[in-house]
Amino acid sequence: MSKLWRSGEPFIWLTGGALAVALLMVAGLVALILYNGLGFFWPSNVLRATLADGTVLTGQLAEREPVPGRAGEYRVKLKVGNRDIYGADFRWVDESQIAKRDYPADAALIERTEWGALIGTIKELRDGGRAVATGAEAWAEVERRLPEVTRIRREIRRIETREIGGINYQQERVRLGLKGLELKGIVSGPEVDALKAKLAPLQEQYKAQEGRLVELRKSQTAAVLVQADGGKEKEWPLAQIVDVRFPNTMGLAAKSVYYAGRIWEFVSDEPRESNTEGGVFPAIFGTVMMVVIMSILVTPLGVLAAFYLREYAQQGAFVSAVRIAVNNLAGVPSIVFGVFGVGFFIYFVGGSIDRLFYSEALPTPTYGTGGILWASLTLALLTVPVVIVATEEGLAAIPRGVREASLALSATKLETTLRVVLPAVMPSILTGLILAMARAAGEVAPLMITGVVKLAPSLPLDGYWPFLHLDRKFMHLGFHIYDVGFQSPNVDAARPMVFATTLLLLLIVVLLNVFAISMRNRLRRRYATSAV
Amino acid sequence: MAGPGPVTIEQSLNPGAVEAPIMEMPMVEIERVSLWYGEKIALKEISMSVPKHRVTAYIGPSGCGKSTLLRCMNRMNDLVDGVKMTGSIRIGGTDIYGPGLDVTELRKRVGMVFQKSNPFPKSIFENVAYGPRILGVRTRSDLEGMVERSLRAAALWDEVRDRLADSALGLSGGQQQRLCIARAIAVEPDVLLMDEPCSALDPIATAKIEELMLELKNSYTIVIVTHNMQQAARVSDYTGFMLLGELVEFGVTRQLFTNPREKQTEDYITGRFG
Repeated sequence: MSKLWRSGEPFIWLTGGALAVALLMVAGLVALILYNGLGFFWPSNVLRATLADGTVLTGQLAEREPVPGRAGEYRVKLKVGNRDIYGADFRWVDESQIAKRDYPADAALIERTEWGALIGTIKELRDGGRAVATGAEAWAEVERRLPEVTRIRREIRRIETREIGGINYQQERVRLGLKGLELKGIVSGPEVDALKAKLAPLQEQYKAQEGRLVELRKSQTAAVLVQADGGKEKEWPLAQIVDVRFPNTMGLAAKSVYYAGRIWEFVSDEPRESNTEGGVFPAIFGTVMMVVIMSILVTPLGVLAAFYLREYAQQGAFVSAVRIAVNNLAGVPSIVFGVFGVGFFIYFVGGSIDRLFYSEALPTPTYGTGGILWASLTLALLTVPVVIVATEEGLAAIPRGVREASLALSATKLETTLRVVLPAVMPSILTGLILAMARAAGEVAPLMITGVVKLAPSLPLDGYWPFLHLDRKFMHLGFHIYDVGFQSPNVDAARPMVFATTLLLLLIVVLLNVFAISMRNRLRRRYATSAV
Repeated sequence: MAGPGPVTIEQSLNPGAVEAPIMEMPMVEIERVSLWYGEKIALKEISMSVPKHRVTAYIGPSGCGKSTLLRCMNRMNDLVDGVKMTGSIRIGGTDIYGPGLDVTELRKRVGMVFQKSNPFPKSIFENVAYGPRILGVRTRSDLEGMVERSLRAAALWDEVRDRLADSALGLSGGQQQRLCIARAIAVEPDVLLMDEPCSALDPIATAKIEELMLELKNSYTIVIVTHNMQQAARVSDYTGFMLLGELVEFGVTRQLFTNPREKQTEDYITGRFG
């Protein structure tokens, strides 16, 4: 036995086993996320189940599980959709009760802007209350009209957000300008007149855009009559239909194309229906932008602090204490950082900024409320220990000889630090930054109280001066997961969305890391170590 | 400069010992230098002169203070905490521990090559150009000229001319050390200090560097610290033997090795201890 132990074999098995367990857990987690997240977009067939009692249920198979207490029996969960007709998206059915299963070719899956999917058969297309086409012709007509309807819907959305949103933003700026002048005691004069003169054309523009909206909305008169299970009929405006398809007639190729389209919609579109449908683009944008701002803030801060600790501070008990404190900071629960962010950054710093520079907007806070800047700063604070530790380790690893060589060449300490030490420690700084980014991208708790919202009306970066709006609230994938998974009105229907969003967040973290790692490797290659 | 022309220097290493006079121009004049690391004494009352355009070697067992003495000459000991020094060192007549002396100015005139080759993690070109850049040379053509001249002087040019942009860390140990020599002479110092420059090299690389030293002494005053007595005998004109912080004997190399005055020197060079 002791001989076996001394041979080292068991230890090798032990280490290998530990690694295998770790890998298995990670692989399992990733596989689960992949399966659930990617399956969400696949247009599975629509099943028509006729039950023993004659009831007909039409829907997509969502889950299958054993019936509790009855061995060998299974029940299935059908996504029947039609929330506005049936009251719920899902129905559980015992398999023993299903008398007949079939997949009708005319079963349509209609994706709407509200109320989730509509599942049934298209009976009629109506326009202005009169039937235009029925039966198979109805679908042909719907198919013909759908692109135009989609175009108009996008146009309406564009006018609502971009045009009118922009006018509102400019009006608000003029209003604040007037209020600012008022605070200074100027209520009339050329300045006020100039501002007021700006207001009139804006109001003109507003009216024009509103007129266009009314016009566009009025042109949308068509509606689709859909027959659902149990002979129930539903008339639904064509303008509120996103997409119609017949999964049972789609081949693998058609499904794949559709699948790719859905994924593209997911990453590029705005969310609909309190985030349970549509895309997550604003959340992606918010997450990436927050991580970038955080990186810009945390890198100089952490690197400078590490340089002082390692290069200039007199090494001793105090510096050791500081070092331990910095390391421990990484163990503080992140929500505590959030609370600090609210108390210090938002109320104190932000409040002061508001009083000094944005007094005309008060009592509405500009910086005195959560925003992407404060969230990024809070996360920078949270991740600064990681950068400090990594940089310090890098500095400690630089051979003394290299510094001495520089000094012996009549360089000063500062020149040595900037020209030799800093380039040499760059890979370590990037390592710290990679760890910091990974941590920041996945953090949710402190963000919830420092600026993340369920639905942000506008991105923190847009076409209106000053383009970068650091005071704006933003959306975040991590919070999106929490919100969709636990706060949405229809958690069951939104669950696949949780996995898809998780997958996306994982992907973004991986991408950010790959970018940083490739940068680090390029630096390392440039200074490839010798074989000596 | 103490004065023009050769001067006679009386070497009084030990009181009472009569020295053969050395007829040379002194470059580095060390006077009664003692040095402590904290409480521990490392150099005891060392006085001697390093002649100009000659190779001067220090030999002695590990810990005898030869590297410390070398590092006094460009004030590298300043970097170590708790160092105390007395006595004076003049280089080219200037007291390098005098008030108001600019250390960077001194190190411009006194180059150094270290025991372990320590190229910067930069390209070969940038390594050699580092010193001139620090001194404010900006023009690319000037830098290129300096780099080529230094690499030629260090007998490395032909080996690296096609890969100046490559990392210096990709060179072999011997090449790295010659690169460090090129880097040191790129700023055209008066004195070149070498702290066991061949201790990490194989015999062939060592031979190349020794050859280089003989070449370089025409332009520079070289002070070398070495463990290797054969090396001191091969390359140096003058040799000093140090023991426990004291300079036991200093003189013409041939004389020191063939006919040492001191018993301790003889014991060391014949391998009886150390």
